[in-house]
Amino acid sequence: MESILLLFTFVLAIFLGFELISKVPSTLHTPLMSGSNAISGITIVGAIIAAGAIGEGTISVVLGTLAVTFATINVVGGYLVTDRMLAMFKSKEGDKK
Amino acid sequence: MRESLTQIVYLSYILASVLFIFGLKMLSSPSTARKGNMVSAVGMLIAVLATLVHQDIIGYQFIIAGLLIGTAIGAIAASKVPMTSMPEFVALFNGFGGIASLLVGWAEYQRILTAGVDIPIATSLPIFLAILIGGVTFTGSLVAYGKLSERISGKPVLFGAQQVVNAVIMALVLVLGLMFVFRPETNYGSFIVVIILSGILGILATIPIGGADMPVVISLLNSYSGLAACAAGFVITNTVLIVSGSLVGASGIILTKIMCKAMNRSLTNVLFSGFGSVGSAKGADVQGEANPITPDDAYYVLESASSVLFVPGYGMAVAQAQHVVRELGEILEKNGAEVRFAIHPVAGRMPGHMNVLLAEANVPYEQLVEMDEVNPSIETVDVAIVIGANDVVNPAAREDESSPIYGMPIINVDHARTVFVLKRSLASGFAGVDNPLFFKPNTRMLFGDAKASIQALVTEFKES
Repeated sequence: MESILLLFTFVLAIFLGFELISKVPSTLHTPLMSGSNAISGITIVGAIIAAGAIGEGTISVVLGTLAVTFATINVVGGYLVTDRMLAMFKSKEGDKK
Repeated sequence: MRESLTQIVYLSYILASVLFIFGLKMLSSPSTARKGNMVSAVGMLIAVLATLVHQDIIGYQFIIAGLLIGTAIGAIAASKVPMTSMPEFVALFNGFGGIASLLVGWAEYQRILTAGVDIPIATSLPIFLAILIGGVTFTGSLVAYGKLSERISGKPVLFGAQQVVNAVIMALVLVLGLMFVFRPETNYGSFIVVIILSGILGILATIPIGGADMPVVISLLNSYSGLAACAAGFVITNTVLIVSGSLVGASGIILTKIMCKAMNRSLTNVLFSGFGSVGSAKGADVQGEANPITPDDAYYVLESASSVLFVPGYGMAVAQAQHVVRELGEILEKNGAEVRFAIHPVAGRMPGHMNVLLAEANVPYEQLVEMDEVNPSIETVDVAIVIGANDVVNPAAREDESSPIYGMPIINVDHARTVFVLKRSLASGFAGVDNPLFFKPNTRMLFGDAKASIQALVTEFKES
């Protein structure tokens, strides 16, 4: 039953994603990609659990630690570079501030 | 106590998901986008902090090590990367997301094996999907990174039995995958082979795709990295992974669709035939006299123009001309003209790339307009200035049915009153197609280096 509920969540989230993303103007498509890339680093949650579950086997901890590293690069780098890009988008009125 | 802690963790995940959704919603306007990105980052922070109190976590040393190393690499890379290299940067990071999801799936499989309990299909199937999608995303992204950063040739690599080889590998993945899914406890070998084959599949799927089609590929890999996170979410039955992964997956699919439409090609066409390697059709031969113009005369035309439209292509960024172009735009605006920049969806090397490059040169975002916005009123434009763009303004896409780019949506600059084309010579564009725009009666060719030509115009304005 649990997997059906997860599947249900998945399907609804896909629809929500389509609605949200189709409203993003093409001007912002590059920041959208790097920003959503950072969001896909959410896999860090699974990675942290695997890396912290010491005592359940060395291999899974090693794999988990590697996963934490990669996912963190993805998250930190993704958000920072998106912020750097979006900071450059200035309005005409913004110049006067 | 333990019960309520678990509940708090799950409530935090709901909060994180809501923040991701709000963050993406705020990306719908450049004025709120930066805040949106921060909202999304706060969501991620909450998700990470909540996970740290998870009941399975006993030791923190490896988590902290991973977090520190990852943060250092990510932060340095993000602050160093130049805006022109954004496509390969995003490609590489997609790959990291993919490998992370693969590793999460693998670690969980390993953990359950060690614990010695039965693995239900509801777990083994998503493990298979996580390693498959994650593996394809990882190596595919590395190849895309190599091509975009020109570390490897951007030309499509095609070999004879390619389709057959791909089909065989796919079949193998499927057979071994099914064996693993139904008997995960005893099929460690097939599991490892599936990981290796996924990696090979990612490489084989990306090498036949040409450099010009890379925007489609990174959009698609973006989607895969989200779906891989989704699969990892099913493995560890965690909703925040599923929700965020689906949002990213949907985003990548939409961008892929937009890119394909802008190139008038189907996804299958992009994925399975190297552009330029098949097309022998050159389109009708274009003959005629191109009318050159000097910066001096161009200045007089611009001086009296009341509406100017810049149409930049990636060539402008290669010449690093965006800063002088912005300067010319400001001068024209002071002179009373309406100045806009029309941007074709495939103008840069990834969706929206050109906008970022112009924003970096301080062009206000109100001046950046989309193709569909500018085309209906293009007749009222006095001067359209084409800089480093070619195929996206080629009227053959509209008029010449034998042209390989026929049907591709273009910016109809030839309908403007006057068109200036800044170009070194009359050579054809990326797609190797002749451009009849150069020979239209209302077109004037401003030959020479784009940056120098614009600079000359700026000087003319300043001296008068």
